[in-house]
Amino acid sequence: MPKQNRRIRIKWHIIVFLAPAVLVYTAVMVYPLFNTMRLSLFTETDQQRVFVGLQNFRTLFGDDVWSDQFWNALGNNLQFFLIHMLVQNPIGIALAAILSHPKLRFASFYRSAIFIPTILSFVIVGFAWKLILSPIWGIAPGMLDAVGLKSLYAPWLGKEAYALTTLSLVSVWQFVGIPMMLIYAALLSIPDEILEAAEVEGITGQSAFWKIKLPLILPSIGIISILTFVANFNAFDLIYAAQGALAGPDFSTDILGTFMYRSFFGFQLQLGDPHMGSAIASAMFAIILVGVSIYLFGIQSRMRRYQF
Amino acid sequence: MSAARQNRLNTFAAHGALILYTLIALFPVFVIVINSFKTRKAIFREPLVLPNADSFSMIGYETVLKQGDFFLYLQNSIIVTVVSLFFILLFGAMAAFALAEYRFKGNTLMGLYLALGIMIPIRIGTVAILELMVQTGLVNTLWALILVYTAQGLPLAVFILSEFMKQVSDDLKNAGRIDGLSEYRIFFRLVLPLVRPAMATVAVFNMIPIWNDLWFPLILAPAEEVKTLTLGSQVFIGQFVTDWNAVLSALSLAILPVMGLYVIFSRQLIRGITSGAVK
Repeated sequence: MPKQNRRIRIKWHIIVFLAPAVLVYTAVMVYPLFNTMRLSLFTETDQQRVFVGLQNFRTLFGDDVWSDQFWNALGNNLQFFLIHMLVQNPIGIALAAILSHPKLRFASFYRSAIFIPTILSFVIVGFAWKLILSPIWGIAPGMLDAVGLKSLYAPWLGKEAYALTTLSLVSVWQFVGIPMMLIYAALLSIPDEILEAAEVEGITGQSAFWKIKLPLILPSIGIISILTFVANFNAFDLIYAAQGALAGPDFSTDILGTFMYRSFFGFQLQLGDPHMGSAIASAMFAIILVGVSIYLFGIQSRMRRYQF
Repeated sequence: MSAARQNRLNTFAAHGALILYTLIALFPVFVIVINSFKTRKAIFREPLVLPNADSFSMIGYETVLKQGDFFLYLQNSIIVTVVSLFFILLFGAMAAFALAEYRFKGNTLMGLYLALGIMIPIRIGTVAILELMVQTGLVNTLWALILVYTAQGLPLAVFILSEFMKQVSDDLKNAGRIDGLSEYRIFFRLVLPLVRPAMATVAVFNMIPIWNDLWFPLILAPAEEVKTLTLGSQVFIGQFVTDWNAVLSALSLAILPVMGLYVIFSRQLIRGITSGAVK
């Protein structure tokens, strides 16, 4: 290359192309993220912001009132996540496996219909289920009665023992469409030659699914798991829409999102404290980072990928 | 012959399972919508029966339209969603073009920096976002929401669009350069029209989460005149808890626009997911 061409010249068009996205992303997403973590090291006394180091975290984990709530919310959040992993993802995979059958008729109808709950807002989903499960309206007890199981009915959302499980299942109902679609796409991308080769070897039907298809879609199952993890540990809307910010009954459905909202924004008698809210947000950030790192370095990098 | 029978049995079982799950998926929506057209008595007496001449009533809808400002909320939601999508697509495509087209120092690093936001939810930074919006006076304006949703949507948009822009042929761009087109014209005239399908996918992925979000409207724009439809219906239902006609009608009205969007865009959405745009 001739020398004068290598002179450093500012390429303005690159800057112009990049600037808007980088500016908005940095100012509204990255900077607040770090600022939130910085704010967690401060507190407010006499309307002045005072640096207190890790004091907020000591309160969060050491003070009984705060730490009880934090561990309760974290435990509930784990349960929320586990129910999604154990119910939502297997159902999603099963539906996708059935749908991907090549000669199935009406496949696109089923696919679109099953995806409908996913597009509805949490407000609609939360209230709709609240009404359906309500003892006042009597749809749920009525339907159980019709199959002779009326004794099983309880006002699930109002009972501490059942409320969290019920809401987790409502959320599963809403989001089953996402694993279904992603796994469906993964199943479709398996080349026919592989399946035909298996068929020649006498591997068809059920065993073709377990022995051939499932190992090939493992990377997609990994992606679904991490998406579920991030979405669950940052969930808020459904609990808020169905149970309010107090996540009743008696905080039995409180998860990290609702806990952070109450702490930072205040609710009813509790005054909002942005610095404690930031501390909780930082804890959530740490949890999500750990989860994502485990996925990226522990699972994804070890998973075998097949190139077709 | 037994194999054929086995096959038919399998097909039967497959349809059975799918029909069952479709019913589970649609049942709540169905119950809400049919009961919104009934009198209060009929709602409680026969919740699973379609409305007939006797039980038909629009009283719930009358209450909703009288009390809540649903058209204002709807308008706010449309503005927020459309403007956010516009910025996500424009800024996202520009950045994706820069990353895909030019070799410059820090290219990979910039790509990684922008991709970080795919996995990290923007909600974590809410406390500081609220502070920022208060300082800039954007609280209780639609701009606060538009900025947040744009920032939230950009990482995935840049990621998906740059994958597609790498596939646009170099010959075409170079031919443009020889004809004396500026880099800006090459982008807007030659490249953008070619990645239109990918832009549609990005738009559809972002549209529904923005439309349905409750968290940021609740925190950044709770004032009456800037409420979105999602927040508006949440507040309305909270106030009218005991008026079942009004609650059911409000829910049905909130379902309507999303279903409309879904009917229009479902093919695009499903094609987007199944073409592996999110791998």
